[in-house]
Amino acid sequence: MPDGLFIFFAALSLGAALLLVLSRNAVTSAMGMILALVGVAADFFLLDAYFLGVLQVLVYAGAVMVLFLFIIMLLDTEDPKGAYPWKTAALGLAVFFLLAASVLWLFHWSGAVPAVKAGATPAELSTNPAEFVTAAKAFGRLLYSKYLLPLEIAGFLLLVALIGVVSLSKANPESQA
Amino acid sequence: MENTGLAHHLLLAGLLFVLGLTGVLVRRNLLVVYMCLELMLAAATLALVAFSRFNRTMDGAVLVFFVITVAAAEVAVGLALIVALFRQRGTVRSDALTTLRD
Repeated sequence: MPDGLFIFFAALSLGAALLLVLSRNAVTSAMGMILALVGVAADFFLLDAYFLGVLQVLVYAGAVMVLFLFIIMLLDTEDPKGAYPWKTAALGLAVFFLLAASVLWLFHWSGAVPAVKAGATPAELSTNPAEFVTAAKAFGRLLYSKYLLPLEIAGFLLLVALIGVVSLSKANPESQA
Repeated sequence: MENTGLAHHLLLAGLLFVLGLTGVLVRRNLLVVYMCLELMLAAATLALVAFSRFNRTMDGAVLVFFVITVAAAEVAVGLALIVALFRQRGTVRSDALTTLRD
């Protein structure tokens, strides 16, 4: 039996994800998304990844979702009222239950996931220089040694995205006339 | 924390991923579809952090750092594309955007 905090935050993120998928109103969906991401961030904390938990709240639940809410309110998208078309609903339910059942089977009855005890280092990783540490300092050390090239590429990617967004959102002179 | 094993975290990640995938298939509002995509990404990062924690290695956590960076850039570009689409066609419903099909 997992402990109480995990169950609470797992239920929170699953319920919020349901709200995101099922809600008619896009703003309600965005609120569900924020709650689900906060639940995931709390789970990061339970996994001792404090830095990633903070990052998740700041970047995802903060900046990214604010961007989403801005766009939702800017575009003012209204979903037509009424039930889902039965074909879509049937497809969604079938996909959900099939995949959820297979996930449950995989983790509870197939025995494919080994029961790893936290803190036990597998033999093939015992010489890994990147030992799991909770301090944010460990991220900096790794980012500027083993992962220096990916870090540079990520920075460049952010620059490219910035330029791309600016050129995308510039008003198209032909369509304005 | 002692009673919560790797399988529990992976189960949560798997269920979140399935919910996101269902949303991508079912919803017709492009903005909500996009949010469901983000949910799938968050579920994948959760699995990465769980593996990283239980194998006592930092590599998975660093990968999650890059995933969050790329996701932020991707959201900015994707939302700009959706806004450009809305300016051209006046809708963000995927069942109304059928130019390539007809």
